[in-house]
Amino acid sequence: MKRNLKFWFWVMTAVGLLGLGGAGSGTAWAVSEAFRGKIYVPGPLKPVDSELKVRVGDPAPDFVLPSVSGEKVQLSQFKGRKNVVLSFVPAAWTPVCSDQWPGYNIAKDLFEAYDAVLLGISVDNVPTLFAWTQEMGGLWFPVLSDFWPHGAVAARYGVLRSDGVSERAIFIIDKEGVIRYIDVHDINQRPPLEGILKELEKLRKP
Amino acid sequence: MGLHKRFSIYIVFLAAVLAAGLGGPGWGRAESGVPGVGQTFPPIALEAPKEPAMRTYLGIGDGQTFTVNQVDADVVVVEIFSMYCPHCQREAPTVNALYEVAQKKNRPGKTLKILGVGAGNSPFEVDVFAKKYSVPFPLIPDGDYSVHKTLGQVRTPHFIAVKRGADGSRKVVYSQAGSFGSPEDFYRRLMEP
Repeated sequence: MKRNLKFWFWVMTAVGLLGLGGAGSGTAWAVSEAFRGKIYVPGPLKPVDSELKVRVGDPAPDFVLPSVSGEKVQLSQFKGRKNVVLSFVPAAWTPVCSDQWPGYNIAKDLFEAYDAVLLGISVDNVPTLFAWTQEMGGLWFPVLSDFWPHGAVAARYGVLRSDGVSERAIFIIDKEGVIRYIDVHDINQRPPLEGILKELEKLRKP
Repeated sequence: MGLHKRFSIYIVFLAAVLAAGLGGPGWGRAESGVPGVGQTFPPIALEAPKEPAMRTYLGIGDGQTFTVNQVDADVVVVEIFSMYCPHCQREAPTVNALYEVAQKKNRPGKTLKILGVGAGNSPFEVDVFAKKYSVPFPLIPDGDYSVHKTLGQVRTPHFIAVKRGADGSRKVVYSQAGSFGSPEDFYRRLMEP
């Protein structure tokens, strides 16, 4: 019995250590020199840690949030006029997030070609988001703070994680205000730009 | 078995397990590290560009892949960049200017060519960057970060210049993150005998 216990103790140790090695190799990102020494690296995280509360075909829950430029932005202000891409990112000053929106920043014409506006959302407060996006050189699209009540919009959509940050998620909402696409992405990886544009392309078709 | 001996065996076992775990593909690549000055550039197979003009520029044949050492130039500047990297975006006009300087000053036996590797970028994303900044030299996608990992997961942009010696062997003569400064000065510095 004692020998058996010892055997399993060694086996579990081996499995645990191999698991650690695997987790390290499964995460990859490139950090821009622009953020040198300023990025907090949390390490590999549970890919998804929430349960969606909306589905494709549902009307998108409306919200009003403050933006870093000082204006408030309401989702329904785009109804009947523009498709909307909501890009939730987990946290400012972290590896993958810091190299996601700057990419969208050079794709303005691609979003506009699909008659779409992009809204970036995180649960950070406005001053933090302001400093972070300034470090990126400024962004053309509104960046919204879902800080207070904390993560309320993320929670309404079902993308608020148990530690209080949001998922890395994309919601595409058509001009009727209906959710047409949801990607709650692995938080450790960046969703490819072409995935978003491919879904916007589908909105063009009758 | 004494307690001390059992503990020693346990430590040896742990070391063996760690060695096995860390020796996996991901860690093996991460350990390779960025090549420093005086070292050789690793013989990584890069996806050959589809455009014939870009193939001609690099002086590579019809193969699916090529290595940096196959590029027909006396100095090859490799830029590790990302479409998503703000510093790379700001630096793009300067790198284009280096290309222009090289095109103007290159002479037989004294040539500099540039290529970019898009860390974590798909072909589509690399193309967005190329179009946005009218990049005149080849940009190679590295969607799964495999090249980036082999090169030690450097911050972007990172520039590595590989120079061909009189005996034909190639060595890294510059390897640094961030801006290389004035394109004219950088060209001059790299082409010095």
